[in-house]
This record gives sequence, structure tokens and C-alpha cells, in this order.
Amino acid sequence: MPMSYFIGLSVVMFAMGILGVLLRRNPLVVFMSLELMFNSANLLFVAFSAYHQVLDGQLFVFFVMTTAAAEVAVGLALIVAIFKAKRTIDLDQMSSLKG
Amino acid sequence: MTQADFFSILPIITILLWALALLVADLWIPKERKSMTALLAAVGLAVGVGISLSQVGQTALTFKGMLMLDNFAVFLNIIFLVSGILAIALSYDYLKRMGIERGEYYVLMMFSIAGMMLLTQAYNLIVVFLAIEFLSIPLYILAGFARPRLESEEAALKYFLLGTFSSGFLLYGIALIFGATKSTGLEGIMASLSANEANLVLFIAGASLMLVGFGFKVAVAPFHEWAPDVYQGSPTPASAFMAVSVKAAGFAVLLRIFLTAFPTLAQQLMPVVWGVAALTMVVGNVLAINQTNLKRLLAYSSIAHAGYLMMAFVSASNPAQTGQAVSAMLYYLVAYGLTTFGAWAVVVSLEQAEGKGLELEDYAGVGQKYPWLGAAMLVFMLSLSGIPLTIGFWGKFFLFRTTVEAGFTSLALVGLFTSLVSVFYYLRVVVYMFMRPGEPRVRRDGWLSLVAVGAAVAVVLLSVLPSRLLDMAAQAVLRLQ
Repeated sequence: MPMSYFIGLSVVMFAMGILGVLLRRNPLVVFMSLELMFNSANLLFVAFSAYHQVLDGQLFVFFVMTTAAAEVAVGLALIVAIFKAKRTIDLDQMSSLKG
Repeated sequence: MTQADFFSILPIITILLWALALLVADLWIPKERKSMTALLAAVGLAVGVGISLSQVGQTALTFKGMLMLDNFAVFLNIIFLVSGILAIALSYDYLKRMGIERGEYYVLMMFSIAGMMLLTQAYNLIVVFLAIEFLSIPLYILAGFARPRLESEEAALKYFLLGTFSSGFLLYGIALIFGATKSTGLEGIMASLSANEANLVLFIAGASLMLVGFGFKVAVAPFHEWAPDVYQGSPTPASAFMAVSVKAAGFAVLLRIFLTAFPTLAQQLMPVVWGVAALTMVVGNVLAINQTNLKRLLAYSSIAHAGYLMMAFVSASNPAQTGQAVSAMLYYLVAYGLTTFGAWAVVVSLEQAEGKGLELEDYAGVGQKYPWLGAAMLVFMLSLSGIPLTIGFWGKFFLFRTTVEAGFTSLALVGLFTSLVSVFYYLRVVVYMFMRPGEPRVRRDGWLSLVAVGAAVAVVLLSVLPSRLLDMAAQAVLRLQ
């Protein structure tokens, strides 16, 4: 398959991720959109790795997946803490910081 | 791992192992004696400073070209370690007073510092990404450390979502650069660029996305929105730590990547960076005018200062001025860091529980009742606005000089005018402290006063000998090019 297919798919995924982060108001969905952005980059790494016949990209993906998992742990903990305090996690209602 | 590899990251290893050991040791430290943990963490950082000092003058590319040890990295590593020690001094009493004293706080701070140190030494984009995550993730937790205060939790979530968002841009940029140049190491990228093998469209797209990612991290306009909210909601010493060291780390890696690996690109992207610098200076200073909450005011001030630092980045794109611009930037970082820590120390000593004591009105009468504290704050405000006899003046002086010499006079003028605007809101704090009657409540704590008065003395004394520090900064960049 030509390289442009992979790049195209990855760009579409990345754009969907950005739109999701900017438009959705539920932090869990925002979270999924962030993962989509990370995974679009992963797809690009793997595709370029195969295209250039070097292994760096494939290796990079493992690092990215691990850090993404670490981030998820922290993020979910934060969401749970906020839900405990105010019984909602809607981003539009996070307005205690204003100035 | 060879011996050279090992010694090049000895400070990082020390800090990490110390932090891990502290995490375990903290289990046996009883709850009412958590200040032990703070002390041990500070000792660990001090040991790190000692080892870093022994690395001065060494230059080594280690781990098969993954990490670079040079004076530039050592200079910044020492900044991070010292700012960590100062942040611990600010936290020592604050955490107790706010009832959020837990040993993990100090450990997380040490982890974050280890990440920053790795970042300044990174010579491969994989390491850059990992180090950025390594320094950010502990900071997300630190921002939410005042749990269950809702402001702190919301600040943490905001910081987390936007931080991860920016990491996404950074990562995608790295992927495109890998695609364009077949390599993630800075040496490989340079080789591919100079041999004209790189796909320039992918490369420029990748570099721009990386710039966006870093822009979020160092909070330059138009990516600055999160900073005031996060700095306001986080525990105050953690905000001070973020305002100084994260900014320094972000600018360090920006310089390392864009000036060493993408030198031709730095010139092409210059108009964009010019605009970002000017916009950041204007936005930061103008929005600060209306702030009455001191934490938010200092947050906008830190955005404005990111704009000034960006100015050095613009002038560095002129090859004849690169060395001077980078040393001016390092000098400015030291000046800004010292002054900012002092100002945050004053804020910490006035802050009361539940986020009280942070408004301008609460500062009325501080000058009369606590002359030392008032005098210290006066020095910091003068230094932040760049008035002579303070280190902040020399920081701006060197910065504006190199910008004019690099041929960006109009940008220097923007900097000058926005500095004049900043005088207004900095001096307003002083006016409240000295000319309005009031009954301020100030927390007396030895470490806090030491940081505030010590920083004030240093700000004035270093301004008498500006060239010594500049020479050190100049030596630090000697090897960068």
C-alpha cells in the first residue's frame, strides 16, 4: 500500500482527536480523544518505520504506550477525586477558578 | 552502559534513587514529623548540586548519542536543583499550615526535577518526549495536592488535560520529523538535513507541531490560557516551582533542538516566533493589569516573562548573535527564577487557609507592620519590572541589547513598552503594601523569611556584579553551537 494512505488515515485520526478535545465536555471522552491523538502518532511511527526499514519507530511506540498508560492512571484518579467532591465531571461546571 | 555513560547521568541517578529510597523511608516517618522528609529531600537535592558542579567543563555524547552532557545542561541542572531546594523551603511550613502535609509531595518534586535534568541532556527526540512526560506527570499530581480543595483538583485536571493535549502535538511532530529524516536522534536529523535527504514538507510540519507543543508547556500566547488557573489552584509553593523550573526546562529543550538540530529552520520559522514573542509580552502584561489576586498576577507576569525569553529565541536565529542571545537568556532565567521565588515566598507567608489572604487588599499595611517583608517584596517587584539596581534590570538589559544587535529593533521596542506597562501593576502591589493602612496577617516562619530576605539580598547584590554571572552563562553556551 502507498505511504500516503497511512499518512492520510493518521492525519484524520489526529484531527478527530483535536476536535474531540476541543468540543466534547465529558472528561472521559476528552480522554479518549487524547488517546486517539497519541495513537495517530503511533500509527505514523509504525508506518514510517516500515517504509524506511529502520526499527526506531516501532520501538518508540512501546514507549508511547507505556507513558500513555501512566498518564491514564493519573488522569482517572483526578476525575474520580473530582466526582467524589462535586458529583459531576462536566468540564463546563469546573468554574471555581476565575479572574 | 559504559563508565562514561554512567558518570554523565550520575546526578539524575542520584536524585532518582534518593527519591525512591525516600518514598520507602517515608513509611516509617511518623505523621507529625514529616518535616524530616522535607529535610531529607533537600539534602538529596544538595548532593545533586554537588555532583553536578563536579561535571562542569565536561562534554560528552553518551548512550550512543542519546544524551549530551555539556556546560549548558549542567548550568540548567543546577538551576533546577536549586529551585527544588527553594520550593521545599517554601513548602516546609505551608503544607503543615494547610493540613496537606504528606511525604509524597517532596518525592514527586524530586521525580519532576529528575525529568527536567534528563530533558536538558536529551539528544534524541524519544528521550525528549519521555523526559517531558516524566517531568509533567508528577506536576499534575502536585497541582492537585491540596485535595480535597476543589480549586486544586480542578487546576490539576485542567493542567493534566492541556498538558496531555500539548504532548499529543509534540508526539505527532516527532513522528513527522522521524518520517522526514529517518531518524529521531539530533545527530541523525542534522546529517539528513545537511545531505538534503529529508522531506522538507513533513519536516516543517513536524517542527511546527513541536513548537506548538512546547508553546503550551512554557505558556506563551496564544497557548497561555491554562497558566493562571493552574497557578491559582495549585498549592502555592508548587506554583512557584512550576513558574520557574518548568519554564526553564521548556526553553532549554527548545534551544537545544531548534538551534542545534534545526538551525536552517530556525530562520524560516523566525517570523512566527517573532509574532509569538510580541503577542506573549503584550497579552501577559496587559491582562495582568486587571488582576487583584496575587497568584493570578504572578501567573500573568510569568507569561509576560516567557515572552521576553522568547525574544532571546528570536535573536538567536541570527547566527552572529546566537551565543550572546543564549547566554542572555540563561542570565534572564536566573534573574527571573530568583526574583520569582522571592515574590512567591512573600505570597506564601501572607496566604491563609481556604485561599484567603491572596487579594491585593490583604497586602495593605504589610510595609508598615513588617518592614523587612515589605522591603523584600519591593525589591522583587522592581526586579520583575526591570528597574536598575536589581538583577532583573540587567536581565532585560542584556536581552534587549542582543535583540537590537541581532537586528530586531522593533521587537525590542515592543519589549520596552510592555515593560513600562508592567511597572504599573508591579508598583501597585508596593503602593498597597506601603501606603494603605491595614491589618495584614503574616505567617512567621524561619525558612520562608530566609528565602524571601535571601533572595532579595541576592537580587540586589548580583546586580552589582552583573558580568560575573553573564560570563558563567556565556561559558555554558560555548559548546552548544
